[in-house]
Amino acid sequence: MQAEADSISSSVAKRVLPGFGLSLGVSLFFLGLVVLLPITGLFIRAAGMGWEAFWFVISDPRVVAAFRVTVLTALAASLFNCVFGVLMAWVLVRYSFPGRRLLDALMDLPFALPTAVAGITLAALFAENGWYGQALARVGIEVAYTPLGIIVAMAFTSVPFVVRTVQPVLEDLPGEDEEAAMSLGASDLTVFRRILLPSLWPAIVTGGGLSFARSLGEYGAVIFIAGNSPYISEVISLMILVRLEEYDFPAASAIAAVVLTASLVLLLVINIWQERSVKRLRGG
Amino acid sequence: MTQTTRSLITALALAIAVTAPASAQTRELLNSSYDIARELFADYNTLFKAHWKEQTGETVTIRQSHAGSSKQARAILQGLKADVVTYNQVTDVNILAERGRLIPTDWADRLPNNSSPYYSTMAFLVREGNPKDIDNWDDLVREDVDLIMPNPKTSGNARYTFLAAMGYAQQRFGDDPERIDAFLSDLLERVQVFDSGGRGSTTTFVERGLGDVLLTFESEVNNIATLHPDQRFEVVVPEVSFRAEFPVTMIDANVEANGTEDLARAYLEHLYSTEAQRLLAGFNYRVHDDTVQAENADRFPNVELLSVEEIAGSWDNAMEIFASGGRLDQLQRR
Repeated sequence: MQAEADSISSSVAKRVLPGFGLSLGVSLFFLGLVVLLPITGLFIRAAGMGWEAFWFVISDPRVVAAFRVTVLTALAASLFNCVFGVLMAWVLVRYSFPGRRLLDALMDLPFALPTAVAGITLAALFAENGWYGQALARVGIEVAYTPLGIIVAMAFTSVPFVVRTVQPVLEDLPGEDEEAAMSLGASDLTVFRRILLPSLWPAIVTGGGLSFARSLGEYGAVIFIAGNSPYISEVISLMILVRLEEYDFPAASAIAAVVLTASLVLLLVINIWQERSVKRLRGG
Repeated sequence: MTQTTRSLITALALAIAVTAPASAQTRELLNSSYDIARELFADYNTLFKAHWKEQTGETVTIRQSHAGSSKQARAILQGLKADVVTYNQVTDVNILAERGRLIPTDWADRLPNNSSPYYSTMAFLVREGNPKDIDNWDDLVREDVDLIMPNPKTSGNARYTFLAAMGYAQQRFGDDPERIDAFLSDLLERVQVFDSGGRGSTTTFVERGLGDVLLTFESEVNNIATLHPDQRFEVVVPEVSFRAEFPVTMIDANVEANGTEDLARAYLEHLYSTEAQRLLAGFNYRVHDDTVQAENADRFPNVELLSVEEIAGSWDNAMEIFASGGRLDQLQRR
């Protein structure tokens, strides 16, 4: 531990950027300019309406239904991503095969692709006359224009969060621990459960949390595949657009403020939780 | 003439001479329009540019901006300096007067026919051979029929369809508001997918193969049928429908700032010329010009078109229906 602390302090001594004060100042300035200022503006706009009006807007049954649909589908998508994302990261880190670099690069595609393009593509694939939709229709599963479609769209746009948070942790994890456990006769499942999972757990939760936060506000990808039936497949971002369409800017801001607060709280909780579990892992 | 006035005049003349070359450069006009009018105005712009060149010798550039018409109106409210608007909803132009104070509230009286050079109505597109036997509004509430239309909350197109259905129901059920509401609620219940705009619904119906009936503008329905001859869609125009007007106006505050008032006025007035009306009819819009009307009599069935005043009393009343907590919300409540 002591040696590690020393190495950290020695690396701090060699700073590339000029002065801590200046670096921090510049970072905070841009953070304020790009993130805090617009967010404060949004809150002020929402706050201008008073608590009663605010509550009236966000407790509208249709809005509440949209909140419910959004949270449930985002949860399902994030859970799926936690499983699939870990698998993907695992394959990318622990195996070498031709095309691995390509696969690694492809993993970022959902981030690079405009979400509307993703939405249109997914809708085309999963519609009853699409490639996947046809096959799924034969077994009686409807994806496009149902809440299942929302889950697919959300999972697609946010899976890199899990992969990219789990991947580096997995890379740092020494393979020797697994080999040692296996040489002592542990089954594959035991190795995964007792050796890998405890170390990967914080990264998985972080990735899953980011994926959830992103899914809450997803619009472009979802809108084309959701069907947008009131109370069944309307997401919260659509409700914001509806209020804008009615020229009701305060109401749109009010709903947006709720989503924003949820995302901020979630990110904060993840950060605190992650810090604690990292300490615990290091035995601190 | 005193020395001072003379020098003033000289200065003025000089100033004009200096600014004249600037105004002789190509002037620009920005037309803010609705989503599905892209091709229409691309053609009209060519027509108008030739006309303006012939009239004044000036070459002008006309820029187009297309999106949902409420989104376009919001952009102007937030400061986009569009010179003219050509929308598919009266309310989106009204908002520019009421909220933005960019145009006078009586803008609709500035040009003939409520400043709407063309109009359309709501119609149905059905699949080859009309397998579900759809020919009127009553057929749309049948259990075995799936409908595709945009979301009335986000699309003017869908609001018109709702008003058309309401007009029909009022005629059919007279003074029985409960039966009218039941009919409208059934109709909404039959909708399989609510896309956020008209083009999205078209994609859902044509490309994804969903639904038995697509509800949209007669003009759009005809365009689709022409564009996809292989799918052999059929067009059904119900006997009672809504008169959907396409309001145009110049943005006074902006044309003043841009120095384009004469150009903007001519751009809009020329929409009423016979050649422009012929072009509009070519895009399956109904027009006011008698000659063009006669030429296209067989393409536009003579049906009863109700105005918003006849159905809801006024645009303000109509928009109440779609406001949050309004009648539409109540009909869709579960």
